[in-house]
Amino acid sequence: MSPELLLGALLAAAAVVFVAVPFLRAKEPPAPLTPADEALAKAEERDRVLAELKELEFDHRTGKITDEDYRRQVYPLRRQAAALLPSETSKDASEQRFSPPKLPSSRSDG
Amino acid sequence: MPELGRAALIVCLGLALYAVVAGAIAARQRRQRLAESAQNAVVASFAAALLGAAVLFTALVQNDFSFVYVADHTSRELPLGYTISAFWGGQEGSLLLWLLILTGFSAIAVLLARRSAASLLAWAVPILGGVITFFAFLLVAVSSPFATQAAPADGAGLNPSLQNPYMLAHPPMLYLGFVGLTIPFAFAMGALAARRSDELWIVVTRRWTLVAWTFLGFGQLLGAHWAYVEVGWGGYFAWDPVENAALMPWLAATAFLHSVMIQEKRGMLKIWNVVLVIGAFALALFGTFLTRSGIISSIRSFTESSIGPWFLGFIGIVLAGSILLVLSRLPLLRSKTRLESPVSREASFLYNNLLLVAFCLTILWGVLYPILTEALRGEPVTVGPPYYNFFLKAFGLPLLLLMGIGPLIAWRRASLRGLGRTFAWPTGFALACGVVLVVLGAGSSIPGLVGYTFCAFVLASLVLEFVRGTRARHALGSSSWAGAFSSLVARNRRRYGGYIVHASIVLLAIGVVGSSAYDTIVDQRLRPGDTLSVESYDLRYRGVEDSRGANAQEIRAVVDVSRDGESLGTLRPGKNRYFAEQQVSNEAAIRSDRLNGEDLFLIADQIDPDGTLFLRALVKPLVNLIWIAGFVFLGGAAIALWPDAREQRRLAVRYGRSEALARA
Repeated sequence: MSPELLLGALLAAAAVVFVAVPFLRAKEPPAPLTPADEALAKAEERDRVLAELKELEFDHRTGKITDEDYRRQVYPLRRQAAALLPSETSKDASEQRFSPPKLPSSRSDG
Repeated sequence: MPELGRAALIVCLGLALYAVVAGAIAARQRRQRLAESAQNAVVASFAAALLGAAVLFTALVQNDFSFVYVADHTSRELPLGYTISAFWGGQEGSLLLWLLILTGFSAIAVLLARRSAASLLAWAVPILGGVITFFAFLLVAVSSPFATQAAPADGAGLNPSLQNPYMLAHPPMLYLGFVGLTIPFAFAMGALAARRSDELWIVVTRRWTLVAWTFLGFGQLLGAHWAYVEVGWGGYFAWDPVENAALMPWLAATAFLHSVMIQEKRGMLKIWNVVLVIGAFALALFGTFLTRSGIISSIRSFTESSIGPWFLGFIGIVLAGSILLVLSRLPLLRSKTRLESPVSREASFLYNNLLLVAFCLTILWGVLYPILTEALRGEPVTVGPPYYNFFLKAFGLPLLLLMGIGPLIAWRRASLRGLGRTFAWPTGFALACGVVLVVLGAGSSIPGLVGYTFCAFVLASLVLEFVRGTRARHALGSSSWAGAFSSLVARNRRRYGGYIVHASIVLLAIGVVGSSAYDTIVDQRLRPGDTLSVESYDLRYRGVEDSRGANAQEIRAVVDVSRDGESLGTLRPGKNRYFAEQQVSNEAAIRSDRLNGEDLFLIADQIDPDGTLFLRALVKPLVNLIWIAGFVFLGGAAIALWPDAREQRRLAVRYGRSEALARA
């Protein structure tokens, strides 16, 4: 056998060993679980609404939207956010539902 | 040595096949050890491809002409740099480069996703394995770079037009872009196969898409500069099918990068985004097919080509499989939200997408039409630059305008009053620029005038965005204006990096408009001692110089350049006669003005033995902005790509918590 073919055979053997490494474990590890669609969809929707709220605040602060547009959009978004937040935080958010929107609002994300 | 290369590719093919079969079984039956083994096979396939590439590289550097590939693409006189670039100068080598990058990217994607998206990886691995299998199979069975022969005394050399420093970087950049689009495709299809409707695949592949898009964009610009300085016809983009091959997937990826933001912000356009990812990947394959199958020269060379039919078959399988998968998952992809107003940020992104895709399809039709007519009627119909230039104006000008409009509009809906307030400054600035340009004589080209006015509008809107954002951050407590500015960019790198990329497109547009709509071309026959005036330049032809270079005879016309009596130096346009390749190339001479971005471009069309010169002189205003745009583009892309620790934490909480809930 030529040295080149020997090297090729060594490469093949090394590849087989590397591919077989997971089978050398004694026990089959649990497969990563796919999160429930509903839970993930809720988490994504929550992050989306919170990001929209921040964006709205920032757009208002930079003068991209008028006070009137801001007021019209911020109420439904806050209601949506309150409904999506976990119970301990939703209390604070739902309280904000009845308070007038701050002009301009708290910290925003540029 | 060739046996080692062949063995490496066979091992690579075996590993890829294993990744497909074992990966699919593991994903279907949820067998984790088998899944990890398939992942390892993908990682190991990179090592095998690397060994194969090392064998070819060594053969090239050693001028081992017993390799058919080395003999066909190099010669003893070829400088080392170009000997290395011969790796991707031919079909077999460039396919090996595809495989090397593909396995490398796949290995990195697998190793990264093991930590961040383990649940998504199961189905992505067999898809990655499938693409690797195709390329490894081509290299093993159809087009091997390791074919051998009795070594000739010297090689045939490299095509002279490829003997340029840009060829060291341009093709690998394009390949990094083409291949990079495989990763978003694999994860998108993997998510669909796993019946997932969430956005994890977007989170995992966002950077991959951006990296591939950046390489494709910068690679095209390098190619344009290569064409400009090397091909010697005075232009930088000729709508050649090979150039279009890279432009089409870039346009599709550009559309995806914009529309994916609508999915992230509003949960809309899920089907559209998947279709764009499939389209971008299929166009990347089609681009490689175009450049490597011989179909551009004629249908005949395509049917005689060894890899053309295989490529066409694979593209067909990819498209059919992807479309079937999307159709079977349509209920998962339906959006819950709708467009609230035609005047909103998401609507402007949608218009941008429609224009980009329409432009992409127009180019695709321009590329396919000659091929189809040749196949059906037996003779090709040429689709030339006028066709493409018409659609460039028809779609490009509105796209340019949208780049300025989009950032100024709020999400969801915008009132007329709000719009009036936001648009007043940019519109006023653009109109004022338009008037000044008319006064300066730019009205000689209406598309040029409109293009420049739109560029002014976009620049003004971008500056306004940065100014207003910085002011808002300063008002929120940043200690200094510089601190407010950096905080603004750091808090939303994708947005402000994107704005810088937009600024680079404006620079590119200014350069393209200036050099194409307002250029000057003069052709003149000159005897030694004759003079010629072009715009503000005075040229004096002195005579011919003839010298021997490393691998070519170099004939140069010596032309003194002056302006208003002041000498600006000497230019030497000419021709090279390559010894080994037995070919002649045009060698243009360029004088760039750093102050106004203008080029004086000289082409020696013909040099007669009696010293008579047929000279073509071009003055190209602002053309250097095109190349500067490339660096601005890279800067913007780097900012957009820079990791954002806060966002990563937020995403880790989102997906980590969801996976934890699933385990509970």
